[in-house]
Amino acid sequence: MQKFIKETGLVAPLDRSNIDTDQIIPKQYLKSIKRTGFGVSLFDDWRYLDPGEPGMDHSARRLNPEFVLNNKKFVGATILLARDNFGCGSSREHAPWAILEYGFKVVIAPSFADIFFNNSFKNGLLPVVLSESEVDTLFELATGETAVEVSVDLQTQQITGPKSFTASFDIDAFRRTCLLEGLDEIGLSLKDTDAIRAYETRRAIEAPWLFRE
Amino acid sequence: MPSRTLYDKLWDSHLVTQRDDGSALIYIDRHLLHEVTSPQAFEGLALAEREPWRLSSNLATVDHNVPTENQSAGVSAIDDPTSRLQIETLDQNCESFNVTQFKMGDPRAGIVHVIGPEQGATLPGMTVVCGDSHTATHGAFGALAHGIGTSEVEHVLATQCLVAKKMKNMRVTVTGPLGFGVTAKDVILATIAQIGTAGGTGCAIEFAGEGIQSLSIEGRMTVCNMAIEAGARVGLVAVDEKTIEYVEGRPFAPRGEDWVRATEAWADLVSDLDAGFDYEIHVDGTLIEPQVSWGTNPEMVTGISGHVPDPQLDDDPIRRGAIERALKYMGLEPNQPIGSIHLDRVFIGSCTNSRIEDLREAARIVDGKRVADSVIQAMVVPGSGLVKEQAEEEGLDIVFREAGFEWRDPGCSMCLAMNADRLGPGEHCASTSNRNFEGRQGAGGRSHLVSPAMAAAAAIAGHFVDVREWL
Repeated sequence: MQKFIKETGLVAPLDRSNIDTDQIIPKQYLKSIKRTGFGVSLFDDWRYLDPGEPGMDHSARRLNPEFVLNNKKFVGATILLARDNFGCGSSREHAPWAILEYGFKVVIAPSFADIFFNNSFKNGLLPVVLSESEVDTLFELATGETAVEVSVDLQTQQITGPKSFTASFDIDAFRRTCLLEGLDEIGLSLKDTDAIRAYETRRAIEAPWLFRE
Repeated sequence: MPSRTLYDKLWDSHLVTQRDDGSALIYIDRHLLHEVTSPQAFEGLALAEREPWRLSSNLATVDHNVPTENQSAGVSAIDDPTSRLQIETLDQNCESFNVTQFKMGDPRAGIVHVIGPEQGATLPGMTVVCGDSHTATHGAFGALAHGIGTSEVEHVLATQCLVAKKMKNMRVTVTGPLGFGVTAKDVILATIAQIGTAGGTGCAIEFAGEGIQSLSIEGRMTVCNMAIEAGARVGLVAVDEKTIEYVEGRPFAPRGEDWVRATEAWADLVSDLDAGFDYEIHVDGTLIEPQVSWGTNPEMVTGISGHVPDPQLDDDPIRRGAIERALKYMGLEPNQPIGSIHLDRVFIGSCTNSRIEDLREAARIVDGKRVADSVIQAMVVPGSGLVKEQAEEEGLDIVFREAGFEWRDPGCSMCLAMNADRLGPGEHCASTSNRNFEGRQGAGGRSHLVSPAMAAAAAIAGHFVDVREWL
């Protein structure tokens, strides 16, 4: 997995709550058997005015000028700012894949849906939970005349921005280590092979019906 | 031992190791796979030269992407080459890794959350995971079941475990008795409307109370299925006699001495009387009426006697904005009566409502009637080949066809519109599925979540009606 240590970049403010994974990456793109190729279809229904299908030339499609990511000042943004319950809905890991491939490294919101939150960490995308008021402040800063740059430091768990904006965030210790070191979680779990085997032996005596071939 | 909730017990019995950093390894008994979220996981496994840890735990089927017409013609007859490739890829992966699969056209195939319980592959006390958020369905059996992403699909294949952190305990107590003509779907929609789409985030929800106990096992599956729509990855119902009766004799269920021992163990799959919950929610089941969603997320729901809300009456600016945006997308006016919403299409199916009882409930309403002329399409998509066979044995297919419904082959179909079944832009659909997100059932489509009975009645009337008046 890609390491995440610190990210400094422009903030794109997407002022909506309950952004679901069907919006992040619509279902027609889930027919792919690859992990890549989703960035161009991120927020497809909002981003383009014409309907999208996999395999088409997306550069030839009509962009929706009202959608925030199509605003020139947010080109190259690496930090996505949103409202409550970001990533609700399906378990599709295509959602963090699409966000990352578009170029975002961090999503900041007051809350995230559990499965999306979990999937993000597996791919080196950092979801950061800040308080409602901190998110409000960031929206105010990010929706001004020009785009603003913010730094997200995973080591210090601090966010700094313009007008002396600072905020700290919590993160689970295991996830933090995995991100900082870019660890292979499967490899890590396989270090517990003995414990898994011991569990199976014990459990097969307790509940043998679970282990019939 | 201190008093424990059902979730606590399931967690404890699957804990492999607790690590110092607060994370834990949890053992997975049953891993269900389908074509959409597994190809990249199998690829990862192959690239790392890893083998599945315990083959017999895995059971695969195709559901999200399959056509619901002419499945007997086989995979090679699927028009869309990307869909075909994805289905063929699962076939190949299952073959090369030796995973049991019910392929398209096999009567045992169908929606993964229908076939698990149908086969007895889902058992009380198990941990069940699948790369699909509606895996919570299986919690209806007192199993710890939740959706996972593709990285975790690979992790489970490779290690038979997941890295997890214990969730909080939430109990939703639905008092009873439920009113006449009120179904499991109405109970869960009303619950989500009450607690919100993020109400259960971070929690395992145990559904309890007379309003839940009185439901059939299939009804409980409908309730647990939509726990995720309230933000909770896990929905649970305690084991009772109905659970045991449902499981007995199914192909994967224990037999003989195993059955005796299993049922003894399953008797403990209830929360202890004095167990503590982090959150307690009470839903007055006696007040629930048939529900209809009017907006673009599953908390935007009201009763059939209700109205579309007026955003001007909401003080919270974020919520007001969300309602305004939803009404614009849905093409609805503030204060419009729910009964005045006209339907273009009707969809009866999905992992929420495609089981035999759902089809019986709908067929009872449409029997001898005709789908309204204004409805372009009304379709019934059974949850599995076996559900389809059972319905045909009971003559339900004839009831539906004679009323003007299309009778399809099993699959997820218009619930997420990955295959050819979808809404056109601006079309309103009465749908027994679980998500009314923008574009969920087709770009620009407008979904209204309802029970099978309400969908059936709407198909006949051409607009929403109170199905209780038809019973």
